[in-house]
Amino acid sequence: MSVLDTGARVNAGEVSAVALANESLQQIDSQEGEIHAFVEIQREQVLRKAQAIDDGVAQGKNMGVLAGVPLALKDNLCQHGEVTSCASNILSGWRPPYDATVVSHIETAGVLIIGKTNMDEFAMGSSTENSAFGPTKNPHDTTKVPGGSSGGSAAAVAASMTPLSLGSDTGGSIRQPAAFCGVVGVKPTYGLVSRYGLVAFASSLDQVGPFAGSVADAAALLEVIAGHDPKDSTSLNAPAPALSSHLDDGVKGMRVGLCNELLEGCAPDMVAAIKRAAEVLSNAGAEIIEISIPELKLGLSAYYLIAPAEASSNLARYDGVRYGVRVDAEDVTAMNTATRTAGFGDEVKRRIMLGTYALSAGYYDAYYGQAQRVRTLIINAFTKAYSSVDLLLGATTPTTAFAIGDKVGDPMSMYQSDICTIPTNLAGHPALSVPFGVGDDKMPIGAQLLGPALSEQQLFQAASVLEHGANS
Amino acid sequence: MSSLPEGWDMVVGLEVHTELKTATKLFCGCANNFGDEPNTNICPVCLGLPGSLPVLNEGAVEFAIRIGLALHCVVQPSSFHRKNYFYPDQPKDYQISQYDVPINGPGYLDLPDGSRVGIERAHLEEDTGKTTHVGGTGRIHGSDESLVDYNRSGVPLVEIVSGPDIRSAEQARGYAAELRSILIASGASDGRMEEGSMRVDANVSVRRGTEAPFGTRCEIKNLNSLRSVQRAVEYEALRQIAILDDGGTISQETRHWGEDAGKTQTMRSKEEAYDYRYFPEPDLVPVVPSEAFIRQIEAELPPMPAQRRRELIAHFGDAATDAQLDQANAAVELNLDPFIVGAIEKGITPALALARTANELAGLGDDAMSLPKDDYIALLKMEDAGELSATQSKKVLADLVAAGGGDPKAVAESKGFQQLDAGALDATLDEIIAANPDEWARYREGDDKLTGFFTGKVMAATQGQADGKAVNAALRQRRS
Repeated sequence: MSVLDTGARVNAGEVSAVALANESLQQIDSQEGEIHAFVEIQREQVLRKAQAIDDGVAQGKNMGVLAGVPLALKDNLCQHGEVTSCASNILSGWRPPYDATVVSHIETAGVLIIGKTNMDEFAMGSSTENSAFGPTKNPHDTTKVPGGSSGGSAAAVAASMTPLSLGSDTGGSIRQPAAFCGVVGVKPTYGLVSRYGLVAFASSLDQVGPFAGSVADAAALLEVIAGHDPKDSTSLNAPAPALSSHLDDGVKGMRVGLCNELLEGCAPDMVAAIKRAAEVLSNAGAEIIEISIPELKLGLSAYYLIAPAEASSNLARYDGVRYGVRVDAEDVTAMNTATRTAGFGDEVKRRIMLGTYALSAGYYDAYYGQAQRVRTLIINAFTKAYSSVDLLLGATTPTTAFAIGDKVGDPMSMYQSDICTIPTNLAGHPALSVPFGVGDDKMPIGAQLLGPALSEQQLFQAASVLEHGANS
Repeated sequence: MSSLPEGWDMVVGLEVHTELKTATKLFCGCANNFGDEPNTNICPVCLGLPGSLPVLNEGAVEFAIRIGLALHCVVQPSSFHRKNYFYPDQPKDYQISQYDVPINGPGYLDLPDGSRVGIERAHLEEDTGKTTHVGGTGRIHGSDESLVDYNRSGVPLVEIVSGPDIRSAEQARGYAAELRSILIASGASDGRMEEGSMRVDANVSVRRGTEAPFGTRCEIKNLNSLRSVQRAVEYEALRQIAILDDGGTISQETRHWGEDAGKTQTMRSKEEAYDYRYFPEPDLVPVVPSEAFIRQIEAELPPMPAQRRRELIAHFGDAATDAQLDQANAAVELNLDPFIVGAIEKGITPALALARTANELAGLGDDAMSLPKDDYIALLKMEDAGELSATQSKKVLADLVAAGGGDPKAVAESKGFQQLDAGALDATLDEIIAANPDEWARYREGDDKLTGFFTGKVMAATQGQADGKAVNAALRQRRS
C-alpha cells in the first residue's frame, strides 16, 4: 500500500494513525538495538500527534494527504523543541526554537515524525561512522555500513521502521545510502526544496530530499516538501512538480545517455547491473545513447575544496557563546578553541581545516577559485550533454556497501565512494537512486538517474520503469 | 590650513559606517530600534541559529541606493560575500558584507569649502551585536564577564569609503560633517554619532611634500564625534611626523583614539590583522536593481545640503555677513535649515531665525532635530514680538528640546517669564542709575563701553526678563 493510500484510509477512518504509529514504534523496538538508525525517538510526541489526527478524522476533518504516515527525520533538520544535534557533540541537546520549512510542510500533510535519524556528524561522511553517537548498521547485513551521511534515514526505511524518511544530499548523502540500503533516494533540483531549517554543511550544494521504499512514495513525499519558500533566498520560483500523476507515463521516446564516467571504475557486478537497467529502459521504448562527459571526473577534487570552504564558514558559529556545548577556559578565545576541540569529531575538523586553507589569503585563487572554475566547466559539460539526451543513467556508487571500519582510516578512499554522485550537486541538478538488483555479495545495487534542472517528472517516470523492471 | 610642520603633507581617507533607518533588519523581520531592552529584537536569523537563512530587506537596498545617488556613485548590480572572523558579538562568526562588487561604485562629495573628495564605494553590510565587558580590565581580555546584546545584530549598515583625497584635519572634519548631513538629508540614516549610528574610521599617513608617494598608513578607530575626527587626524599625523623626523619608520597598524587622553594607541599590528577569507555568500542571490527602480529613487531624492545652503543664503541676499554665511553652513550641516526657512516663511526676522538656530538650537545636540518645527516657530514669534527676552527665549528653547516639544507659551509661563512692561523697566533703571552715579556720568559723556555694564545690571535685577533691545533703547533715550 502506498503512503498516499495510507493517508486516504486514515482520512476515511479505515486505519488509525495511532495504530500506524504503534506499528512503527514496535518495528523500531525490535530492530533499533541492532541497526541504531535513530539518535532520538519521539515516542510520546508521536502518539500524541497520532491521536490528534484520529480525533480530527473523527470530527470529519481532512488531516492531510499523508495523514498518519510515519517518517524519520535526519538529525540536521530543525524541529521546534526537539533535539537537533547533527550527530555532533557540539550541538548535543540543542533544541531549535523553530521548525524547518520542510518540517512545517510534512506536518501540514499529516506526517507523523517518529524521531531523528543518525548521520555522519554535520553530514560529513559516506558511512554514518562519523556520528558522535556511534555508527548505524546496514539492515541487509549489519557488518556493512548503510552509507552516509543520511545513513540513519536510509536504514530506517530499509528496516521498515518507517515508510518514509527525509535526508539531505550535499555530495550524494541521500543517493549513496539509498543505494547501499536498497531504497529509493532523491536529490531534488537545487532550490526546489527549501533549505530553511536545514543545518548547513555546504550551502551551495545542500538539498533536502526523500527516502522511500518505492518510487511512488518518494514522489508523494517530494510533492509535499517542494515549493517556493520566501525564507530561503536560493529557493526557486517554480511550482512543486506534478510527479504522482505522471509515474506511469513511461519512457517511450526518451533519450537516455548511458554515461561512461558513471560506470568506469565501478565494480564489474555494478557495471553489469546498470547495463541491464539500460536494457529495461530500452525495452520500454527509450533510446539508449552511450555518452562520455570527461569533465565529471574533475567533480571530486572541486567538491572537496568548495564544500569544506563553505563548511569552514558555516561551522564557525559553533563557538560556545550562544548555544550547544561550552568548554570554559581562561578567556573567550581559549573558550572558543576548547569548545571546538572537544565538540567536533576528526572528519569535521579535517574539513574545517581544509576549507580554511582553501580560502586563505594567497591560496584562494589556486584552490577555491580554481574549484569554482571547474564547477563552471562541469555545469557547461552537463548542459552540452543534455542537448543530446534527456536523462543520464549510471551507477550511484562504485561498489555495494562496504564493511564497517573498512575506510574510516583512509579518508581519500572514503571520499571516492561519492565519485558518481558529486557532479550533480555541483551543477545543482536533480538525480535519484533506485534499487536495481543485487551485487555478487547479495547487497543492493542502486541505479542512478540524472537530469537537467527541474526534470524531476522525467526522472520519476524513468525510475518507475526501472523499479518495475528490476526483478523481471 | 594645515598645521603640519613645513614641508610635510598628510594623506587621509575616511571609512564611515552608517546605520540605515529601515523599520526592520537587513536579513530578517526583527525591529531595527536603538535603545530597546537588550535581546528583545532577535530571531533565529539575526542570532545565526543553525539552519537559519538570510533574506535581503529591499528597503535597505533602496536606502543604500539613495546614499549612492546622493554621493554621485555608480549604482550597479552587486553581490554579498562573507567576511569570516570570530567575535562573540558576531553570531555567525562571519559578517555578510559586500566585497568585489559593491552596490555603489565610484562617486564624489563636494565640501562647502569648494574641495572635492572622491568616494571609492558605498556598500551594504550587517552590523554586529554589542558587547559590554564587565569587571576586571573592562576589555575583552581580562574582564570578569562579557554581556552581548544582539538587538543590533543584523542592523543594516552602509560603509562609505572615501578616496585618499583628504589633506588636512579640518578637511577630514568637513568631509565627515558634510557626509553626515547628506546621509540625514537622504532620509536613509539619522547620523547620530553619539549613539553610534554613524561611525568614522580614519586612514592617516604622512609624506614629505605633496608629490611624494604615500607613506605607510595607520587606521584610527573610535572617532565618536566630528571633533574627535579632527583632533585624532591631527594628532596621528603629528605622531607619524615625529617618528619619521627621528629617523624611525611607521608600522602599519590599527590604532585606538582616546578622546580624554587626546592620543592614539596601538590596537592591532599588521601581523595581528585578520585574514577574513572572503568568499561569495552562497545563501544570497545577486542584487540587480532595475534601472526604473534606480531612476524612481533618484526622482524622489530630497534636496541635498549644497542646494539647501544656496537656498538658505538666498533669504539674506547680498547683505549676508560672513558670520551669517558660517551660521548658514553650520545650520545646513546639522540639517537644521528647515527650522530657519520655516520661520522666515512665517514672517520671523531672518537674522533672528538664523542666529537662534545656528547658535542655540544647534548646540542642543542630536535631539534638536526632533523638535517639532511649529513649536520652534511659535517660540521665535514670541521673541520677535518682544514677548520674551533673548535670554528667556533660550531657556524656553532648551526645555522644549529636552521635552521633545511643547507649547512655548506654557513653558514660559511655568518659568514665570513675562514681558517686563515699560514702567517696570524705567523704575529699575532709575534705581541702577542712582546706585552707580560715576558710571552713569561717564556713560552720559559718551563712554559706550558702559552700555554692557548697565544692560548687565538690568538683566541681573530683572532675572533676565528685560529685553536687551528695549534696555539699549531706554539707555540711549535717557542720555540724549
